[in-house]
Amino acid sequence: MPSDAAPGGGAPRPAPNHVLEFPGGYTRSVGPVIGRFLSELRDGRLVGVRTAGGRVLVPPTEHDPATGDDVTGEFVEVGPAGTVTTWSWVPRPAPGHPLRRPFAWALIRPDGADTALLHALDLGEFEEGADPPRPLRTGMRVRPRWRAERTGAIGDIECFRPEVTMIGSPSRLEYGLRPGRALGRFLEGLCEGRILGHRCAACGRVIVPMSGLCPRDGVPTSQEVELPDTGTLTTFTVSHVPDPRAPGVPFVSGHVLLDGAGVTMLALVAGVPAAGVRMGMRVRAAWRPRGEWGRTLANIRWFEPLDEPDVPLAAIGDHL
Amino acid sequence: MRRQVAVVAFAQTRHTAGDGGLQEAEMLAPVIAEVRERTGLRRFGFTCSGSCDYLAGAPFSFVSALDAVGAWPPISESHVEMDAAWALHEAWVRLQHGDVDTALVYGFGKPSQADPRAVFAQQLDPYHLAPLGIDPVSLAALQARAYLERSGATEDDLRAVVARSRASGRGNPFALHLPDPGDTGYDVAPLRACDVAPVTDGAAAIVLAAGDTARGLCGRPAWIAGIDHRSEAHAPGVRDLTRSDAARLAGARAGASGIEVAELHTRFSHEEPILREALGLGGGVEVNPSGGPLSANPEMATGLIRIGEAASRVHDGTAGRTLGHAASGPCLQQNLVCVLAGGGHG
Repeated sequence: MPSDAAPGGGAPRPAPNHVLEFPGGYTRSVGPVIGRFLSELRDGRLVGVRTAGGRVLVPPTEHDPATGDDVTGEFVEVGPAGTVTTWSWVPRPAPGHPLRRPFAWALIRPDGADTALLHALDLGEFEEGADPPRPLRTGMRVRPRWRAERTGAIGDIECFRPEVTMIGSPSRLEYGLRPGRALGRFLEGLCEGRILGHRCAACGRVIVPMSGLCPRDGVPTSQEVELPDTGTLTTFTVSHVPDPRAPGVPFVSGHVLLDGAGVTMLALVAGVPAAGVRMGMRVRAAWRPRGEWGRTLANIRWFEPLDEPDVPLAAIGDHL
Repeated sequence: MRRQVAVVAFAQTRHTAGDGGLQEAEMLAPVIAEVRERTGLRRFGFTCSGSCDYLAGAPFSFVSALDAVGAWPPISESHVEMDAAWALHEAWVRLQHGDVDTALVYGFGKPSQADPRAVFAQQLDPYHLAPLGIDPVSLAALQARAYLERSGATEDDLRAVVARSRASGRGNPFALHLPDPGDTGYDVAPLRACDVAPVTDGAAAIVLAAGDTARGLCGRPAWIAGIDHRSEAHAPGVRDLTRSDAARLAGARAGASGIEVAELHTRFSHEEPILREALGLGGGVEVNPSGGPLSANPEMATGLIRIGEAASRVHDGTAGRTLGHAASGPCLQQNLVCVLAGGGHG
């Protein structure tokens, strides 16, 4: 029982042992109507022809397809922008197709025309086999990409492309920051592979990273405490928007309560699938190689799961 | 007044998904022998065939196929470079002249020898379409998209057409026996590989006879109650692709009403709902009980087989009024409708 054929149709055939070819192809007269269309194409213009009933046919034909009457001699410049009236998506282009990467075929009604022109629509780079991209829609606005060297053929339009409706807007700002006294000290510790906190004289909590103040009591802090690089994940979020610091998408960021600390630290969590991350999970810092360390929290790449039982939520309830 | 003409015999090959190793004439000879045996006729008043030189890769390929018929002493013969359903129309017209009473019609195709998508791209207009390199499946997918958006039907509805056709095809000894459609990814979206009729080699033959000759050759002749074919503009951009006006008109002219079984030339799954709508075939009409082209698509014989299958339901008494449909050209450009009826129409 044959199974579904591979897209593209049919089983691979052996190399041809018979080739049917007309050397040089055919020479065809184009006549005054199609000839005018092709001549205008060569000059980079898209024209249609008006019917006796007033409709504009693009591409032009000698006769009105609705009535069979001769068309008028009036040619009308249309488009070149137009609207997609229907489309199909080619995930695996065939050898005869105009583009080597996935693309759409589209019927495009140029502005000012009453009929549609068939052409290829290039939506950019896609991997072979890709599904139709979201922006591809009936009603989409498109414009031709003209070839630099034109000969008077439908291929003088290389393809159509979407009209510009969105732009990328890159943004980059540079700052020189000074960490301040307490945070500077914290970063010095990180340079040595140590995580330093301050113990509040009023409430006794250890604050990490330290800022020189207890956020709870509003009093200055100065008593240094070194903390281990193990802790408990109190809460987390799964992000599907890429971030240059994260290992990939989706990634997890969460609050880690270091053992002995009184406040949580925001950190990335990795080394576990997003679906496997739990509140109360025990974690340990994954440090970058010592040679890459600097005065930055990035010395800790992220936190990874520790092979220990989860901490009951009641035990971290104050930090949720 | 029209002469009454009936389909009195129908034969087809056991179609194959690949090259069975036979030349066209060798593939055809057994089905010609079968309809001769069934009718007892050695010679026919008229012979007409449908085939495609580009499929065979040879000019005048129908001439060598005549070896399967035997053309000496000279016979009255014609050919259409189309599906043999149009050859049947020509034979029906010829029988209307009144001087001959029988006609042999046959069609054959071996698309497995070449790339049928490249072959049928050759039939497109050479100014605006062919130079783009667009193939028939890509054109059909444009129509499928337009139909889905107009009707609100979904790709799953198309899959259901395929599943039903293939299940029926597995009950037909002449069709390819294809599994339930799986998700093979898009061929040309929104069409998947299963939405496209399979590449198939095969042949079929029909004998037409008029009036009392038909009654003498067949216990239950399938009378041609009406036959018509219509064509629309070639350019897909000037048509409403979501509807088939040509099928609607051909159906109306052929008197397509009261149909119990319809065999439709659906080369793509989305064509079935478009044709059902155009031909006014309600939910009670059985469509493509043979499995249809989605289960076996021997090009140039596929449309003739639709008429043969529809006639067979009249021959075996399981239906009183059936419809055979054939299509040609991009996006259902041309449509032929043949309404067949049992007793009382002779």
